Amino acid sequence: MNIINFTPLSAFVGGIIIGLAVILFFVGNGRLAGVSSIVNNALVSKQNRTDNFLFIVGLVLGPIFYAFFTKNNIPFLITSSLPIIIIAGFLVGIGTKVGRGCTSGHGICGISLLSLRSITATIIFMITAIITVRLIG
Amino acid sequence: MISRIISLTSGIIFGVGLSVSNMINPEKVLGFLDLFGQWDPSLIFVMMGAIIVSAPVFFLFRNKNKPLFADNFSIPTLKSIDKNLIIGSGTFGVGWGMVGFCPGPAISSLALLNTYSVFFVLSMLGGFLLTKLTNKIIVASQ
Repeated sequence: MNIINFTPLSAFVGGIIIGLAVILFFVGNGRLAGVSSIVNNALVSKQNRTDNFLFIVGLVLGPIFYAFFTKNNIPFLITSSLPIIIIAGFLVGIGTKVGRGCTSGHGICGISLLSLRSITATIIFMITAIITVRLIG
Repeated sequence: MISRIISLTSGIIFGVGLSVSNMINPEKVLGFLDLFGQWDPSLIFVMMGAIIVSAPVFFLFRNKNKPLFADNFSIPTLKSIDKNLIIGSGTFGVGWGMVGFCPGPAISSLALLNTYSVFFVLSMLGGFLLTKLTNKIIVASQ
């Protein structure tokens, strides 16, 4: 194992900012900022639909505000082919729906709530993702 | 009205956090998942930063009567580690490792007007709908 491209400071600061979003949504609206659930509910449920859509709009506005105010470019690179992208998208949609959460819902909110379910889910999706990268990377 | 502004603002702050940490970038995330190759541990620091901030607040607020601008807290009540949790999370991880996109960064990256992001998000929505449809069929057949 070689460690490369490690950016602990921007990662930690970015994480703190994400944590602030999580607590604002929780203390203000009583809800967990799990993105897969928010997007799924915006799609299939009438309950809280406006709030879910507004959160999603905010997610898209975030990088625009960041780039505008800091004048920084956001490094972004996808190297996967289109068929892989489509299959992966389906797997992420199916998996997060069946497992009821993703990196934000289980990985951040659930772990912060000390949920054994979320800790288990996070360990599992980390392991299968690391194996996948090992096999196809 | 205030709750609407909170939803939008939470989303914006979340998107800024994904940008600052560069978790919006699939290549960065794949660097973390490439544990046995050229490893970039940054994602661990993102999760630590977020959890350090949110865990104490959850602890202090979850037993209060209600949130500031809504009637109640909605926290999942499921406790059991069931088959769906394991199969679903395992499946999600495979999709995550294939491209380096999980739902938050995929949605946020629509801001960068990359066609691949659009295809990924549409496929993810397709996955949600497909699962809903399959559940309906399973329930109907029982």
